[in-house]
Amino acid sequence: MVAFRFHQYQVVGRGLPTPTDEHPKIYRMKLWATNEVRAKSKFWYFLRKLKKVKKSNGQILAINEIFEKNPTTIKNYGIWLRYQSRTGYHNMYKEYRDTTLNGAVEQMYTEMASRHRVRFPCIQIIKTATVHFKLCKRDNTKQFHKSDIKFPLVYRKVRPPTRKLKTTFKASRPNLFM
Amino acid sequence: MPFKRFVEIGRVALVNYGKDYGRLVVIVDVVDQNRALVDAPDMVRCQINFKRLSLTDIKIDIKRVPKKTTLIKAMEEADVKNKWENSSWGKKLIVQKRRASLNDFDRFKVMLAKIKRGGAIRQELAKLKKAAA
Repeated sequence: MVAFRFHQYQVVGRGLPTPTDEHPKIYRMKLWATNEVRAKSKFWYFLRKLKKVKKSNGQILAINEIFEKNPTTIKNYGIWLRYQSRTGYHNMYKEYRDTTLNGAVEQMYTEMASRHRVRFPCIQIIKTATVHFKLCKRDNTKQFHKSDIKFPLVYRKVRPPTRKLKTTFKASRPNLFM
Repeated sequence: MPFKRFVEIGRVALVNYGKDYGRLVVIVDVVDQNRALVDAPDMVRCQINFKRLSLTDIKIDIKRVPKKTTLIKAMEEADVKNKWENSSWGKKLIVQKRRASLNDFDRFKVMLAKIKRGGAIRQELAKLKKAAA
């Protein structure tokens, strides 16, 4: 499909071994970033908040990109997130229908930006999961679960097939019906 | 005027924008309000925006997200290809494609044929005018 802005990475890291602690605990995180460099940075950001370790006294052991296993089937994704608004921090649960998790996450970021004016740095994804259609909570996603779904496309704007054929003025009023 | 062409599973549509322009595809599932999962015998199943689709009158009988072989069999049974090529919309597209792919010699032949046809029409018209006068 179209190139995703957000890629899912698995980052594995630990604190550097010291004389007192020969084998420090290894931590693994799955996070979303636009590229690997940013993923590693985000990893340290989160790890700093959870454990007493920083990038200067830690090491990243592995970073791998995680790809979607079945990009040709539609799934319902539930995303739990924590975001910072102008007045404080809030939790949220949102549902999206998409073929891939990266697509759903991208939908989430654009929706948060448009509905709540929250930008990428202020959003932390707590958890994502594929939700079985019986367990979906939002009516917006549940309405597409009908197996005999059928609706007409109202208001069809006729577009030129390439942007080169676009014109500012038209000779006659376009027919929007079909 | 009620609607006759619906977005439904099994509706055949024409892609009218983008990389797959001009391809006939079957709507295999609906992702959400704006996008559908779409499939054709010679391409990977992908999601596409409704804005890029023009719905046709043809509909085939399939369940949600069928396997590729099931889809191909259903398309054969419904005879989508022939129905499309015999419809006026499909015929127009074939003619457009043929006209776009003419070489100079072909265009010369078309010019001669047009002149001949025009001459035959004018002769008949002259005959009718003489009969009416």
